Formats: sequence, structure tokens, C-alpha cells
Amino acid sequence: MGRLNEKVSYWMLVAPALTIMIVFYILPVLGIWEIAFTEPTTGVDNFVKMAESSAVKTSFVLTFRVAAITTLGCLLLGYIVAYSISNFANKFTPLMLALVILPFWVSVLIRSFSWIVLLGRSGLVNDTLRDTGIIDSPLRLMHNEFGVLIAMIHVMLPFAILPMMTNMRGISDAYVKAARGLGASEWTAFWNVYFPQTIPGVMSGALLVFVLSLGFYVTPALLGGGRVLMISEYITYQIQEFLNWGLGSALSVGLLVATALVLLIASRFINLRSALLERK
Amino acid sequence: MMPVSAFRIFFQTGAWMILAFLVLPLLVVIPVSLTDTSYIGLPKEHLSMQHYVNYFSDTEWLHATWSSIWIGLVVASCAAVLGTAFAIGCWFLSDRASAIARWILITPILVPPVVQSLGFYRFWVQLGLIDTSLGVILAHTLLALPYVSISVFAALVNLDRNIPRAARSLGASVWQTVLAVVVPAAKPGILTGFVFAFIVSFDEIVGVLFITVRRVTTLPKKIWEGIQDNIDPTIAAVATLLVLLTLLITAITALRRTS
Repeated sequence: MGRLNEKVSYWMLVAPALTIMIVFYILPVLGIWEIAFTEPTTGVDNFVKMAESSAVKTSFVLTFRVAAITTLGCLLLGYIVAYSISNFANKFTPLMLALVILPFWVSVLIRSFSWIVLLGRSGLVNDTLRDTGIIDSPLRLMHNEFGVLIAMIHVMLPFAILPMMTNMRGISDAYVKAARGLGASEWTAFWNVYFPQTIPGVMSGALLVFVLSLGFYVTPALLGGGRVLMISEYITYQIQEFLNWGLGSALSVGLLVATALVLLIASRFINLRSALLERK
Repeated sequence: MMPVSAFRIFFQTGAWMILAFLVLPLLVVIPVSLTDTSYIGLPKEHLSMQHYVNYFSDTEWLHATWSSIWIGLVVASCAAVLGTAFAIGCWFLSDRASAIARWILITPILVPPVVQSLGFYRFWVQLGLIDTSLGVILAHTLLALPYVSISVFAALVNLDRNIPRAARSLGASVWQTVLAVVVPAAKPGILTGFVFAFIVSFDEIVGVLFITVRRVTTLPKKIWEGIQDNIDPTIAAVATLLVLLTLLITAITALRRTS
């Protein structure tokens, strides 16, 4: 008996979940690396092909651009919502909070479907514009980057708002009050005193949205209509249409490495532990 | 009271407009689901319930819905048990090794869905789990575990470490302490984790597209196929039911919290 024995008991609690995660998740994902280096031939052929392909390069650039614009959009819009909820408490605050959480519970698939209904050729937006005589022929609102971006921002917005709100909840209003008392205008006090304190929350939100956007599949696939090929969709294309497991796996490795690099760079600026592991 | 400044007006109206952007698109499925046409669009002559009738009389839709519900419940139960045990073990250990274990358990949040689905597909082929409910349950349990572990751990942050210590020194075994002291303290987190796990499974689509063929169909897969092949307003009826259900549950929890 004693401390060692006790530790063993605790590891017995940890073991089942950890084991199935390693055996059925981590190993299969590592298996992708193996495929990338062995199919159809052993070596780095797939990676050479990947580096030489201009379509792959276009897809990677597109993926990073869409993820970056989505992140910026979510931060800008999310900040305004998070700030209002955290700083102007009134009887509508619980309602605002509920409206932020609500979309979280509706699946990404349904939210993307709603945007198809709105933005399609004979969608609600085009129909309304035509009926009111503003346009003659339907506008192209989806099956392009615009449609993907608007739906992506919609889907990702709560992921930006929640970390920023958690951060703002911990900020004392004493500093802004002091700045105001010393004669700073509301904007100056906000920009020079309040905003710098919210940077950690902004960064956590940015990281979450950016990483999730990089690997996103459902929304770009549905709103892009095959014309906005982000990496995830490019991978499924290679595998489902061409049965090209080698290149598909190499692209997956590329996407994994890109995600890992983003996390690595982010870890220099953000406390990853509180941004991911202790996320509420 | 301070006079209402431009600063305040900017943030307040801005916030409401953004919330409208967040919520209103979810509601467009409601009028569309009541259309009397056979394509996606607003009702032309009158409102019609035909697409709801179609949903409730189509065995494929009902079967897919039922599959999603029972798979979701099994996944939530498995993930809740495994994830709770995991989080409690890590909470007691609180050392470097357990921190690494916690990072390993949340990898499904960070790995892109398509990449992990490729991994599942290849391995499930070897195991003979392709197109089986068991295969879907296993994959979804793995995807749900991070959420359970995070929420149970969050609930334990407030538990004073001296309390289980006191139980131990009074003669309770490790297991008695876990069951009688720690689990009750973790209960809110377990409940949140269970709900999260159910939702993760109920909404999951990419994995299902890779590891099922014909025999197993879930609601998201049916919706996905519907959007790809022919945009049939039945999808709008299903979407409306799900959105209204979500609204109802959110409203009930919000009301219960305020009262």
C-alpha cells in the first residue's frame, strides 16, 4: 500500500479512454503518414508531385486566404458582440447571450443549408431583389468565395465570441474608470486602456477560428459548389474521384503540418493550455 | 447616469445587428418548409404542410432520424463514462504525464475532419467496421471524448483537494472516494459532457460519409445526400423541426436559469 499503489489506481481510471484514443485515433491518423510515403511506391514521390502541382498550390493559398478572412471577420464582429454583452449589462443581456449560444446547437450542415436557401440562384435574396425590381438577372452569391466566406463567418462566429467574453469577464472596470476620471474620452479609454487587456481573449478566439477554418469541409463544399476547392475538399476529390490515396494522404499530411505550425507559432503568443485544454 | 454616447450606440446597435446576422438565417428554413411548391422557395399560393407529411411518412427519413438518436445516446453514454473516469484520474494525478494524456485526448478537436476520417476509413476496413453501427459509435465516441474530458475537468477545478484527502484519511478506499466524493462534485460537468457528446454524434457528418456506405444512414448523411442530389423542401421541414427543437430547449434552460 501507499502512494505508488494509489497512483496505479488513478492511472487505471485514465487508461481506458487514453488507450482507445491512441489505438483507434492517434495510430490511424499516423497511418495516413505511412500511406503518404508508401503508396503507390515507397519514397517521397507524392510530396514531389504535391509540390509541383499548381492546383495544389492554388488550393493551399485559397485555404489560408479563406481561413484568414474568416478569422478577421469573426474577430471584428465577435468583438463588438462580446464587448456589448460584457460591458452594458441590462435586462436584454441574457437574451443576447442566448442568441450567441443558440447557433452552436444547430448543426453546421443545417446552417450551411440555410445559406444555400438564402444565396442560391433562385434563393430568397435573389428572388426578393428581383421581385422588387432592383436586379434583372440573379446575382451570383454562392458557388464562389463570397458565399463560402459569409457562411464560414456565420458558422465560426460563436467560436470567436465565447473566448473573448471569458476574457472580458475577468477585466476590472477600475482602469477604464480611472482613465475617464483623468479626462480621457470614451474612445481613448477604450482603445488605450481596455482594448490592450482583451488581447489574450482576441488571440484565443483567433487561434480557434483559424485552426478550425483551415480544415473545414462541410461549408466550403456546400457553398463552394466545387469551385472553391479548399484543401479538405481537394483531399476528398483525390480519394473519392481518382482513388489517389497516395496524393490524398500526402495532402492530409500537408494540412496536418500546416495546422501544427499554426499552433506552434501561436504558442509563442498565447497560453495554449487556457485557450484549448481549459476552454470553457 | 452617463448620457448615451456615440460610443455606446455604436457597440449596442452593432451587437444587435450582428446577433441578427447570427440568428435570422436559421429562421429562413421555416417559411421555406411551408412552401406549396416542390422546390426550395417561399410559398406561392398558400401554406402547405406537405413536406412535413412527407418527412413523417417516409421510412428512410424516419429510420435515419432514429439511427442518429440511438447512436447519439450510446455515444454520449460511452463518452461520459470513459471521459469522466479519465478526467477524474488526471485530476488526482495532476502531474506532467497526466497533462500529456489530456493533450492526447483533445487531439480530435485539432485534427481536420477529413484527415481523421481517412484514418478511420483505412483502419475500419481492416477491422471490418465499415458500414456498421458499431464503427460509427466507436468513431463518434472518440470525437466526443475531448468535450466530456474538458467539461468534467472544468467542473473539478472548484473541488477542494482536501475533501477527498479527508475521505481517504477517514478510511475510505480510493474507489469509494472517487464514487462518493469526486463524482458528485463532477456531476454538472458530466451532464454538460453528456449533452455535448450527444450533439457531436448527432451532428457529425464527415466521418459518417467515409465509414458508411448503404446500410447505416444517419440524419446528417440523409440531409447531405438530399442537398447534393435534389434540393427537396423536405430538408427544410427537417431543418425547421431541428431549429425549433433547439429554440425550445434553449428557451427552457434560459427560463430555468433565471427562475
